Amino acid sequence: MAGGDPLIEHLLRRAGFGARPDELATYGALSYAAAVDRLLNFEDVPDTVDAKIGTPGYVQTTSHGGPFSPNTVADDARQRWLFRMVHTDRPLQEKMALFWHNYFATGHSKLAGAVKAQNATRLMAAKPSEDSAHQQGQIELFRASGLGSFRDLLVAVAKDPAMLIWLDGDTNTKAKPQENFGRELMELFSRGVGYYTEDDVYAAARVFTGWNLARNGAAADDPTTPFAFTYNANQHETSAKTFSFPVYANGSHTIPARSASAGMQDGLDLIDALSTHPETARRLSTKLFQFFVSETVDPAPGLIDDLAATYLSSGTSIKAVLQRLFTSPQMRDPSIFFTRYSWPVEFVVRALKESGWSGYSAASALTPLVSMGQQLFEPPNVAGWVLGKSWFSTGAMIARMNFASALALNQKFNIAAGVKGAPGAKATPSGVVDYLLSRLTADVSGGEYGDLVTYASATAGAWTGSDAQLQTKGPGLVHLILGLPEYQFV
Amino acid sequence: MITRRAFMKNGVAAFTVSFAAPAFLSDLARAQSSGRNLVVLDLSGGNDGLSMLVPYTDSFYYSRRPTLAIPAGSALQIGSDSNGKPLGLHPKLTGLRDIFNQGRLALIQRVGYENSSRSHFFGTDIWSTANPSNSTGTGWVGRYLATLAPPLDPLAAWNTTGDTPHALLYPSVAVASIPSVSAYAFNSPNSGNEAIVERSAAVSIASHVPVDKPHVAFVAATAQSAMATLDTVASVGGYKPTVTYPNNGFGQALQAIAGAMTQGLGTKVFWVQTGGFDTHAAQDTTADNGAYVKLMVTLNDGLGAFYNDLKNHGLLNDTLLLSFSEFGRRVTENGSKGTDHGAASVMLAMGGGVRGGIFGTAASLSPDAQNPTLENGGNDIHYETDFRSVYARVIDGWLGGDSTAVLGGSFKNGPSFV
Repeated sequence: MAGGDPLIEHLLRRAGFGARPDELATYGALSYAAAVDRLLNFEDVPDTVDAKIGTPGYVQTTSHGGPFSPNTVADDARQRWLFRMVHTDRPLQEKMALFWHNYFATGHSKLAGAVKAQNATRLMAAKPSEDSAHQQGQIELFRASGLGSFRDLLVAVAKDPAMLIWLDGDTNTKAKPQENFGRELMELFSRGVGYYTEDDVYAAARVFTGWNLARNGAAADDPTTPFAFTYNANQHETSAKTFSFPVYANGSHTIPARSASAGMQDGLDLIDALSTHPETARRLSTKLFQFFVSETVDPAPGLIDDLAATYLSSGTSIKAVLQRLFTSPQMRDPSIFFTRYSWPVEFVVRALKESGWSGYSAASALTPLVSMGQQLFEPPNVAGWVLGKSWFSTGAMIARMNFASALALNQKFNIAAGVKGAPGAKATPSGVVDYLLSRLTADVSGGEYGDLVTYASATAGAWTGSDAQLQTKGPGLVHLILGLPEYQFV
Repeated sequence: MITRRAFMKNGVAAFTVSFAAPAFLSDLARAQSSGRNLVVLDLSGGNDGLSMLVPYTDSFYYSRRPTLAIPAGSALQIGSDSNGKPLGLHPKLTGLRDIFNQGRLALIQRVGYENSSRSHFFGTDIWSTANPSNSTGTGWVGRYLATLAPPLDPLAAWNTTGDTPHALLYPSVAVASIPSVSAYAFNSPNSGNEAIVERSAAVSIASHVPVDKPHVAFVAATAQSAMATLDTVASVGGYKPTVTYPNNGFGQALQAIAGAMTQGLGTKVFWVQTGGFDTHAAQDTTADNGAYVKLMVTLNDGLGAFYNDLKNHGLLNDTLLLSFSEFGRRVTENGSKGTDHGAASVMLAMGGGVRGGIFGTAASLSPDAQNPTLENGGNDIHYETDFRSVYARVIDGWLGGDSTAVLGGSFKNGPSFV
């Protein structure tokens, strides 16, 4: 709910998913620096969000046949994640999990083809404490380690069972090195295109030979055997691997020949090199800038250099980079407010937080999100979603407006009650518009404001502020405001 | 207030923005009204051309692909290339074989470019921009549309995917993205007259295009396009095809395209995509439920229905379908019974105006680093036909455009399939 300090609202749109009324109260009582600290040091805030699922007063969930099973049923896992985004008291934890989900974009459907849908969901979303084999889904890895060292995160991702299936590391063997992971590690996960050669791809494939899944003879889709990383020494290719770039601090480009039993160090050496390469530092800093600050405004001079230096001097700490970024003058500059195109998931979650959620089921958002172009756990490919303007085709815009229409209809009575409860709001059509614009954060232009008031004023009889009028114009206005071009930005 | 030039540079897809028309546009205006259209088919993921168009007498094909090679006996024989090398279609492409036999399918082999990117994303960008040296600019189809006489209809480009493909991007060209005709409608929480009032408010809201905020202007222009195309698109919703299309995304997208064509909406370019071609593992080209087999079934059944439907409507002669993929795949199969990212691959051109046949020559698959038909140490297929020369043929020979202007250079010596 808006109506608070614009800077704090901005911070919560970027480092979170917008603000619920209670968040606005909590964060509004803090200085900007203290608000940043609370967001970054979220481990100090109790993690109670999952216990709220299925209880009154929160977004509802709907399972199709059988109990709600967010660890094994993909649509239920999607609902749980949306629920967390709305109701978490650790918004940056979920925001970074979403960032990494796009950065290490892994698709459920390919996993389902390999290990069946139920296991695919476990590998993407299982919460270890709720899984019989304590399987940790990839998203849970991001929630647990998303603000730690990027080097450690890369190692964890290289060993992550979902990733081992997604980029075929599971089949990377001495006789037939598999290129898929090695290529994307360099192209998408670290240095970027232009900083590696085809020969580097071959070498990286050999480096990760033997980084496989332990199945102990169980069938690929057997649910009773955990999916775990194993270093398969007898499948490791032991000869030296030479790259076009330095791998070691002494300038050597060559990972030395090692015994099979010691060969896992090859991969760790390569990840060390890639994670601390200056181009990785700049590329990751730029992506974080675009995600949290702006993709339509250039970084302030020196900012990316500063973030990259922080990244390298802090031992690749993501939290250190974000601390620097969030407290940079550009992050607080009002000219960058509402200049990042919202992702469909961000749009949906903010709309819920600002319009109301009582009686709304997260299941209702799943199909609309597909139409808007963002189905969680199904990025279009390993490069993730195409961000920015690409979210906004005509069809996607209609999908956003139609989601807004359905939400406004669902919240019809809550919206009308909100107007009634706001002193003086219902007295005039413009009073209703003003009240709703204080809840729904958007940088509305004068022309649009006029259109909204004209719409609210177009009644069959005189404006009386009756319940019937509020239950008609309230939802109509929420629909129109959520569909404003300005509302599509965070 | 910023200048129109800066406005355009910032990528605002406002179809209301006009631009100065070069002198040669009078011819193009005639082309625009000719009723001819282009359907671009994106086989995304990197299509394995050697499994689609099979060199079934090349012994290296079998030695380098012990589990993935398609047996000579099951390839659908369609003749030989100009070197006399026999070639066959994937066994599931029976519909395409029939179209080939009617002389309405061209198979263009070894299409690509120098220093082929093995990255999905750069590869797609290069094919989209038709610019291997700088793939961040405007799309080649968008540039073509921008040469048509203004005002460009908001349905001049009809994209069946959710987000606008890079190939269609051009600042002054609005693209309608219609993943579902039935969902392309204005909903309201209210009904009756109230919904009508609300819709006019939405139209008015979308009409404000703030030139001082290019990012907001872009979204507003998109909303404006959406509102402007709702009713026309709805007219396609009741389309009753003459054949049954496959009940999958690809088939339904083709059905919507055929519906738009029968309505005579004047759309010049349609865009359709089918994915799953990134077959690193378990590519399986022969079993009924094999990954590549399913890809070929989807392709064959969709295109077959589309072809027959258009034929029944007498629209075949107005239609050219052109397929591409961001790259081909390596010659030798990998240890996961799949294939990794390679270089050149095969393109399809289908339609009533197509001169059917096999264009270009097949690679020799001998794993010899000096083999001129391969590259990357004999691992990948080297291009023979520059993909821009295929585009040029389509632009000049089919759409009546000026390929030199659209492609930024002359690529006029391409295969003569139209």
